[in-house]
Parts: sequence; C-alpha cells; structure tokens
Amino acid sequence: MRRALHAEWTKLRTVPAPAGLALAVVVLTVGVGALVAATVHAGGGGQQDPVHLGLMGLDAGQAAAAALGVLVMAGEYANGMVRTTLVAIPRRLVVLASKATLLTGIVAVAATVGVLASLLAARLLLPGGGFTAAHGFALVSLGHSTTLRAAVGSVLYLVLIGWLGLGVAAAVRDTAAATGTVLGVLYLFPMLSAAVSDPHWHRHLDQISPMTGGQLITATTDLPSLSLTPWQGLGVLAAWALGALIVGGAVLKLRDA
Amino acid sequence: MSAVETAPSYVSRVPARTGFPQLLHAEWTKFRTVRAWVTTTLVATLVLIGLSWFAANGSHAGFCSGPPPGSCHGEPPLPVGPDGEAVVDTYFFVHQPLTGDGSITARVTALTGRISTEGNAVRAGTNPFTESRPGLAEWAKAGLLLRPSLRTGSQYAAVLATGSHGVRMQSDYVHDTAGLAGAVSATSPRWLRLTRVGDVITGADSADGVHWTTVTTARLHDLPSTVQVGLFVTSPAQPRGFAADGEPTYATGHFDNVAVSAAGASGSAWVGGDLGGGPSYRTFARGSFQQAAGGFTVSGSGDIAPAVRGAGAGGQPAAAGLVGAFAALIVVAVLGALFMTSEYRRGLLRTTFAATPRRGRVLAAKALVLGAVTFVGGVVGAVIATAVSRRVLLANGNALFPMSGLTEARVAIGLGAVVAVTAVLALAVAAITRRSTDAVVAVIVTTVVPYILSMTLSGSVGTWLLRLTPAAGFAVEESLTRYHQVANSYSAVNGYYPLSPLAGFAVLCAWTLLALVVARRLLRRRDA
Repeated sequence: MRRALHAEWTKLRTVPAPAGLALAVVVLTVGVGALVAATVHAGGGGQQDPVHLGLMGLDAGQAAAAALGVLVMAGEYANGMVRTTLVAIPRRLVVLASKATLLTGIVAVAATVGVLASLLAARLLLPGGGFTAAHGFALVSLGHSTTLRAAVGSVLYLVLIGWLGLGVAAAVRDTAAATGTVLGVLYLFPMLSAAVSDPHWHRHLDQISPMTGGQLITATTDLPSLSLTPWQGLGVLAAWALGALIVGGAVLKLRDA
Repeated sequence: MSAVETAPSYVSRVPARTGFPQLLHAEWTKFRTVRAWVTTTLVATLVLIGLSWFAANGSHAGFCSGPPPGSCHGEPPLPVGPDGEAVVDTYFFVHQPLTGDGSITARVTALTGRISTEGNAVRAGTNPFTESRPGLAEWAKAGLLLRPSLRTGSQYAAVLATGSHGVRMQSDYVHDTAGLAGAVSATSPRWLRLTRVGDVITGADSADGVHWTTVTTARLHDLPSTVQVGLFVTSPAQPRGFAADGEPTYATGHFDNVAVSAAGASGSAWVGGDLGGGPSYRTFARGSFQQAAGGFTVSGSGDIAPAVRGAGAGGQPAAAGLVGAFAALIVVAVLGALFMTSEYRRGLLRTTFAATPRRGRVLAAKALVLGAVTFVGGVVGAVIATAVSRRVLLANGNALFPMSGLTEARVAIGLGAVVAVTAVLALAVAAITRRSTDAVVAVIVTTVVPYILSMTLSGSVGTWLLRLTPAAGFAVEESLTRYHQVANSYSAVNGYYPLSPLAGFAVLCAWTLLALVVARRLLRRRDA
C-alpha cells in the first residue's frame, strides 16, 4: 500500500492538471464566496444565514473537487496508463484505495484553505451588507460551535464530492462522461427541486440530493426548518459517495482495464 | 509552423477535397459514425423531455373546501383580458348605469391601507384586520371606473389615485399613463373625471376641481350605449423580498363631490359589490362601502391589472422545459468537449490538419456540425417537452399563462439555440484546454452555477450574474411579460430575467465567440 501510495503521488505531482484543479477548488470557493458576501443585503429576502452565505462558494468549488476526483481515476484510462498501473499493482482495490487516500489529502488541504479564506471573507465583507449585531447577526467566527461545525463539515463535503467523482470515474472510465455525470447528479437536484411546486416532492428531492443535503452542513440558523439535520445532510452525500466508490470498485475489479 | 507554410502547395494539388463544404462533410462523417456521439445527442433530447415531464408531474395546484377529505378541484383558469393576455380583475365597485355620453366626477380625499402579516395565505377563521399592520401598497388604487359589463376580463377605462405613483389613467389592463404626482390626503385631495363620448373615454385630473388637465384618452371597442360607471378601490398583494409569493393588502378610499352627468337617463341608486374575486388571486378580505352625507368610503382588495407570476397569483408559464434544458446542457457540454478532445486523444487531429492545414476552418466546421446537430436535438426536445408538460400541468390542476404560438416557437427555437451554442462553447474551451474535464467543468460552472446562485441570493448579485455570465442565455425561456404598473419580484424564480431573450442569448454568443477566437489562435500557434 505504501508503494502504491508513493506511485500515485508521483503520478499526480508530475503532471500540472491535478495541481491546477486543486488551485481551482480554492479559487472558486473563495472567489464565489467573497462575491456573494460582498453583495448580499441583510433583510433582502432569500438566504440570510451568514455562515451559509459565506460558504456559497462551495456551489462552484465542488465542480473542481469533483473533476479532480474524476481525473485521478479516469485520466489513466484516457492515455492507457491504467494498464501499466495494474500490471505494477495487480490488486485493483489497493490502487483505488491509494488513489482515494491521496485525493482525500489533496482535497482536504485545498478545501481547508478555501473554507477558512471564505469564512474570513464573510467575516470582513458581510457587515458591509448589514449583517451586523444591530440587525441581529453575530460576526462570523470559528469560536461559535455551529460555525466550526460548518467549517469542518465543508471540508468533509468537498472531500466526499471528490470521492463521488473518483467512484463515478472508476465506473464510467471516460473523463468527460464521468465529469458530466457527477456534475449532473450534483446540480440537477436543486434545479428539479426548484421546478416542482408540491411541498412534499420538494422536501424529498432536497433530502436525497447530494448537493442540497450535503450543504446543510453549512447551515447555522433556523435549523428546525431544514429538511434534515446538518449531519444527516452530510450523511446523504456520504451515502452517494460511498455508493459510487463501491460501484466503481466493483467495475474496476470485474472488468478488463 | 512549417506545416502551415508548406500547406498551399498541397492545397493546390488536391483542391476539390479541401473546400469548406468538403470539410463540413468530413466533420459530419466523423460525428455520425461514432455511435456514442449520436446516442449522446439523443440522450440530450430525452433528458430535456424527461426532466420537464418530471417537474410538471411534481407540480399540483388547486383548492379544497371543507375538512379533509373535502372536495378538491384545480385552479380556475386565469382570467383573460381583451387582448388575450392573463389579467387580474378583482376589486370593489360602487356603480350605476350610464346611458349614452356623459361623465362621472369625484374627489378623493384619503387613501389608507393595511398589509397582512399572515404571509401569502390568509387563513380561514382568523380576522385579517388583527393579523395585519397599517401600510399602503404602492399600487393600491382608488378612483373612477367605466366598463361595458361587470364580467371579469371585460374592457374598461379608469382614472385613479394610487398609493405612491400619483394619479394614473389606465385602460384594458395593460395601458397606464401618469397624471398628477403626489399622494392623496385631506390637504392635497385629487379630483378625478371620466368622460365618455362614443367609444372614446377621457380621463382628467385636477388638484382643485377648477383647473382640469386631461391625462389621456382611451378607445374602447363596440361600447354599448349603457355602461357601468362608479367608484372602485382595490389593493394588490405586495412582493416580499424575492419570495415567490406576496402579502395580501387592503385599501380604503374616501370620495366626496361625486357627480354623474349623463345625456340620457341617470340618477339610479348606487350598487356596491366585490367583483371578480376568486381563489386565484391573494386577497385580504371582502370589500365594503358606506354612503353618507359627506360622500363614500369604499374598501377593497385585489387588482385590476395584467397578471404576473409572483406576488399576487400563482399560475405556471406555459413554456416549460428549463430544468430539462439544464440537463441537456450538461449532456451537450460533454458532447462538445469530446468532439474536440477525442481528436487529440486518438491523434486524429494530426490527420485532420494534414488533410486541411487551415486550422481555423477545421474549428469552424466542427462548430457548425456540432451546433447544427445539437440545435435540432434541442428544438425537437423543447417542442415535445412543452407539449408534454402543458398536458401534465393542466391535468394536475395548474392554471397556465396563455402563450401565443409565436412565443411558443420563439422559446423552443431559443432553447435549441442555447443548447447548441453551449455545446460549441464546450468545443471551443476544449480546444483551448485540450482536456475534456476542464472544458466540461468550465462550461457548467459558468452556465448552471450562476443560475443556481441567482435563485438563492437577494440583492443585485443574482441579476448581475444573469446579465454577465453565459447563464444570461436562459433568458430565451422567458414567456411572461413584466409590467411597470404591477409590483412584483420579477426574478428568474418567477420566470422573469434581467435581460431580454435576444440580449441574453447575445451574451452567451459573445462568450462562445470569444472562446472560439482564442481557440483558433491557439490551434494555429500550437503543435497539434
């Protein structure tokens, strides 16, 4: 396993794409989060949870995390490298596990930077939009247990999204198709939920949606009104990610490379 | 570079094979002979239809009376005005007949109101007046109204004082002309007059009852000799933030110096009543009127105006398929990226460029073939999706906004065009990045993500995202009309976009063109 990990690490660090996508996770998360924090107004309707607003960059950053997961796996199918890899390490699940481990490390680092910078941006920018103590909003701070939970949860969120990408890529094998599938699964649920008008459909769609469910982890206000508790929500995404890894692992093990 | 410079001699030797039509034919052959790409195009069409059906299937509307299980029925159809547009025609009217030419004059000395604090649904059994706060809707209306019949959706002309838009002359729901500015009060009352001469109705206002100014005239068609004239008050639901519903409101107006002068018989008694009420518009409470020596006090709730989706009423736009278009977009983004990157992966690009050294033309041919195929798939999908979702929405009891055949065609062609241009955008980005993953991510992050953010954000950032990013292209889906004289949250959630369909599409095209120009430069500079 250690040699497999080392091999995977060498493969990842010697091409520019993974580093580029890791950087994209940070830039998209912080950029969109800061844009949102700089422009929303308190009391203007819509989403009003300061921590959730500050972490809305996850909507964009997750695409890069998913792509990174896809690339780690399906990139090898694109250039035939996977056959060399499997000759060197015939135990295929070890390959998948070492890829998942490395992916976890890379995404966790990028996500931690992105999430902390987003929360800092929210702390600095949100008061300008009226999110002040005078309007009943506390300054965003990791000292609040709910905010800390949101921050840790958001890092886990991006890691799980990466796993989802990895699992789908192991099953689908083509980089473009895998990326499209993962992003479709992520973005179509909130769109569908907005398009149906029945409240119970709405609720059920939100409860099974990896993106809407998973991002409940960033909620810090009005928790009883949520369709699930924050950790249950992250559990929904975890179920999707593990499901994808199991299917991907099975395909990897059973099919010719 | 040397390959490009030696190219002309090759071109001169085999000219017949390198013309643009031949190039198109070559790209078309590549496309149609890869089964996965043809299948993917079909998948894009099918998900467009399938998800639209799903969204319609999950949207029921209607009302139930009595304790459950009471008798339930769908929403009544939206009332339709003289020009076929959906209207709201709900108001309290104190009226009498007027035969032949004549006029009605009154002075409005007060207009006050209340706003429900119960949100969008005033619950049965509660007193709306205790569950409300004082406040006047900006388009609360008190004034004079003339209409040939009391039928909902009939023609009318009115001159009226509003909550915060001064005196207006309005007719046939959509027409609105400003008169005297300023709010109504006891110290600054507003005199109003409607005069009928044949089919022409003239609205006039005055601050003192002596010096009159004509606001404008309205021509009603085939007006019968006897019409109904009188005093009306109504107050529309007001938007709450950008939520999909609004707060019902209530207004009370005080009128004095009411005078009807007619060439024919006149002097009938005043009759008052709530008109056009129904479950499809959010009203506050029933209206009322009192006639005393000092004049009339009239109260009402509702609106006489074109119907818009949002604050006051639900109803679905008849052009569905947006959610399906998103799914199709993701599919064609993959297709567009693959159409380009598979050339790199299989080394086919070198053969392609050897056959046609003019690389910009190759890119153009690829874009045209991909655009044409996905356009056809998108239009077919949009036409079927609209037909399917309309049937399902109606069967589920939803009221639909009427839509002309022209609008329907525009929306279907527009959605097809957005799908096609997005596919070309993915192709161009893939030619720049050479990696399909990056291209798919870039296209989806710049089209789908801005739209999702705009759905949940308040303030201007949501609308700016829909103006500046490729997501602006979704404006082609707009099938509803916005009106300055109806307060509403004209947001994408309710089906209103910050740019016109054409302008929004132009923004998407501009991004795609930019990507194509960059891609062409890089293709010519880089080794294949």
